Formats: sequence, C-alpha cells, structure tokens
Amino acid sequence: MLVEGIKSRPVYTGLSIQPRARRHIFALEGEGAHALLDRKPALDDTALSRSEILYVARGSQGKGNDEALRALGTDMFFAAPTIATLLFRLRGTLTTAHMGTRLYIAGTEGFIGQAMMVALDHGMDHASIVTEHRGSLARRVQCVHCKGVTEDVTHSPFSCGHCGLPLLVRDHYSRRLGAFQGVNIDAEEPGSAPDPEELFL
Amino acid sequence: MAIAFKQETFRDDFSYRNSPENIRRFPFPFDRDEYMYAVNMEPHLKGQKGTAFESLIDVDEHYVAEMHDRALVLKEDPLRYQALPHMMTAQWDTLELLMEEQAAGFPEHFTLIRNGDQWRWINRPLGIDDTFTFGDRSTLPYEPLEYITRQAQGDFCIVDQRDGNLWMDAGMVTTQADWSLDFDIGMNFMEWHGPVPLAHQMGVFDRALKFLLNLQQGKPTRRFNWTMTINPRLDTSPENYHKWGPDRASVTPENVGEKVHLRVEVQSLWRLPRSNAILFVIRCYLMNMNELVTVPKWARRFPRVLSTLPPELIDYKGLTRYRQTTIDWLSRFDDGAPTSPGTFPD
Repeated sequence: MLVEGIKSRPVYTGLSIQPRARRHIFALEGEGAHALLDRKPALDDTALSRSEILYVARGSQGKGNDEALRALGTDMFFAAPTIATLLFRLRGTLTTAHMGTRLYIAGTEGFIGQAMMVALDHGMDHASIVTEHRGSLARRVQCVHCKGVTEDVTHSPFSCGHCGLPLLVRDHYSRRLGAFQGVNIDAEEPGSAPDPEELFL
Repeated sequence: MAIAFKQETFRDDFSYRNSPENIRRFPFPFDRDEYMYAVNMEPHLKGQKGTAFESLIDVDEHYVAEMHDRALVLKEDPLRYQALPHMMTAQWDTLELLMEEQAAGFPEHFTLIRNGDQWRWINRPLGIDDTFTFGDRSTLPYEPLEYITRQAQGDFCIVDQRDGNLWMDAGMVTTQADWSLDFDIGMNFMEWHGPVPLAHQMGVFDRALKFLLNLQQGKPTRRFNWTMTINPRLDTSPENYHKWGPDRASVTPENVGEKVHLRVEVQSLWRLPRSNAILFVIRCYLMNMNELVTVPKWARRFPRVLSTLPPELIDYKGLTRYRQTTIDWLSRFDDGAPTSPGTFPD
C-alpha cells in the first residue's frame, strides 16, 4: 500500500543558503540543527548579521546543539521549549517580515510540515521555502475519518489518537494540513487489522 | 419532454433503480472487451437524443433524489464543499455555466432570465425561484459555487491555472469514488493524482496536464472513468469508508445482480471565461448488474473487461473481494459472440 515515489510527497532538497536574501530565518528542530551547522562555511559575516535562528531541541535535548547554534553568532538566536512555542514565535517573525526574507526549515517531517503551514498562511510560496529532513522518519498523520492529527507515528497500522480506529498510513501527503493520510485498515472486515509494523523510525 | 423525477434513496434502504429508458441512455464506458488507462480525451460535444450526451450538462430522472442526498451529506460534513479565497471569480463563472447549460438543455425544468447583472433563476424540480445580483455574493444564500452545485448532478472541482500547473482550489464533492476534497484541496495536478497506480509511469498524467493547460474556452473536453460500488451509494468517501467498507464483503452469488453496481464517471472539463480556471465536472452514473445485463452487448463485454484488468487496478479500484463472484455471475450472459465496436447498445 506504500507507493514508491508518490507525487504528493514533498521533496526536501537540503539547506542551501541563498546569498542574496536580505533576511534568513532558520526554523530548526532537533537534529535539524546539523543541517545548518554543516553549512557553516557558507555563512559569512554578512549572512550571519542577517540571520535569525528559532530552535527546539526535542529529541536532541542535552546534545549541545543549542550551544553550537548560539556560537554561530547570528543576529538572533531563540530556543523554544516546544514545537508549539516555536511556531508561535515564527508567526510573529513572519508577520513583520519584509520582501527578501528567506525561510529555511530543517528537522523531522512533521515539524517541517507544521512550520510550512505557518509560512503558507503568511502567503509564502511553498516552492520558495528551503527544507531539509533530519532525524526520525516519524510521520504526522491525519485521520481521514475524524480529522484528528496524531504526531510522531512510527508504526502502521496505528490507533488514531482521537477516534481510536486502526489506521493504515498512506503515502499521500497534504501540504495544507502538513500531514500524511490515515485510512481505516480493517473497514471491510472489522477486527482483521494486521499487527503494527515499525516503518517510520 | 419533461423528465419524471424519481423519489429514491442512495443510503439505508437503497431504493435507487434505473428505469428501462434510463438504462438505454447509460454512458457505458468500454468501447472494446478490455481496459487499460489512457489519456482518453475527446471533445465534449452534444450527442444523440436518448443518450447521456444529449445536453452538455446532463440532468436525468435521479436529479431530485441526488440533490436531496447531497444536502444530507453536507449537513453531516460541511467540509465536502470548500473554496479557497482567490476562487470567487471562478465560482461566478461556474454558476453562469451551469445555469446556462441546464436552462438550454432542459427548458421545461430550468429558466434563466438575465437583465444586466440582475438575474432570475427558476429551478422547477426543486421549487426554487431566486433573483440575485450576478457578482454580489450577499444576494445568494450560499457562495455561488455551493449555491449552484446544490442544484446540479455530479461533483464539481475548480482548478486554478498558474506556474504551468493546475491547482485543486475549490470543489463540491459528495459523490466521489473514494477521494477527499478536504485532504486534496490546494494540491497540484500531479499531487492529487499521487495515489493512482501505473498511470504516472505510463506518462498519462504528463500528457493529460499538457493537454489541459491548453484547453480553450468554448471547447470543453471529456473522458470516462469507472469503478464499481456495492449498493447504489453515491457518497463513497474516504471520510465514511469505515461505514461503507463492510458492504464490499457482503456480495454473494445470490445478490450480485442487485448489489454490484458499475459506477461510471463522465468527466467534462471547461475553460472558464473570467478566471481562466478550469471547471472539472465529475458526473457519476450507477447501474446494477441486473440492469446492465438487459443490454446484451454490455452483458457480454463487461465480464470480459473485468477478466483482463491488471492486478494493480483491481486493488486500487477496491474490486478484490467481489470481482470473481461478479465475473462468474455475469458469464451466464456471455455466449462468447463477438461484440460490436463502440459503447452504445446495438
């Protein structure tokens, strides 16, 4: 049921620094810190003076990523305790952003999806946003039946965190919802759901 | 000639049936004894009287019941209708197109009177007589697309054209073959077709997109699509899959004739004049196997088509559980005689 190379799935091309941008906003989660740290040579003084980092450690807590990012010496560094607080701050930043602002997002797919939704709400074109997938393959999944979103799904099928139906994780992705689609797996024969498999660690 | 509209249901007791005249006008989609994906586009031109193509927007005996079923779906789940904010001009384009086509094709049932931007729309089957200002949303009880698609058979998507692609940015989708507007809205042509097997690799979508980007105003085009549905259920949405999914396990050799339906979509595509968007009409027709075998040519051809399907299509169309039972049942009506070319009854 997982279709290779599904066309609705975003392609994360990697965090290449756009030298002409007048402002760089980096929204980073966990291992996503390394997507920027690995680009250190591309960050000259001009770029650093125009850069702002919003970081949430999550699974990378205690690995020192925040110190390494702070040490880059960007114009601004903000460490958020949770994804929700980071997204709140990102909204504030984009509300006052000017032409020439470039947004970079790196981390798990669920985080990229949520940060992307904030950017789309502010009228940014998805194709202009630079993304890199780092860390876990866990998915953010919307139940097509009750519409509830479950975060950090590593198994398929899994039990919807809202309505409890056993859901197959499809390889169909909505940028507007920042989520993959979950569909009841045993609808035709209730009770016949196979054992969960760890597919997205 | 006035249509005799039926009182019938697409849920619960499933009283939907086709009259003998309506079976003859059914848009049977197979012009040969096998099936595979193709960019099967043809000009959407008027056809003969007594076919589903006698008007470019078809109205048939199921109109009133189908509109009632749509209202029930929307009451349960209002997200089946959605339109992104930049689609308002395309919404008015669509309202104009559907009113004009329905009034032109079925003047005894629909009348449109235009006086500048003051329009009066009379829909006799549904008992509607509204006067409104074209272009002024506040003069209608719903947004223009929702208003007119509560009065037109089939699903309707409006796709916006920009960046060399088509974007699913508005729609009324309550009679769908298992896809979700709520999930797919905002996607581009390749993305919303993402889950379809085989066709991407065959280049079908690349060619279809290229063709549609050049679609001209006044030259609508159409293609067929098809699947099968157990019970005459219009709303086979993914949202409600956990409710209708068990139907697929309910087919037995005794009930094939009643329960198993051929579900045909006549998809027509229209360039809209003001917005340059494309209206995508997905008109669904249902016919059970008892009805299908009343046309000998179709009774011979359909089991042959079902026998030649690639496994990926059987899985994607959800036919796995009842395809063989259906072929076995239909084969009694196939004497092996050759079938004539084309889709229409002999």
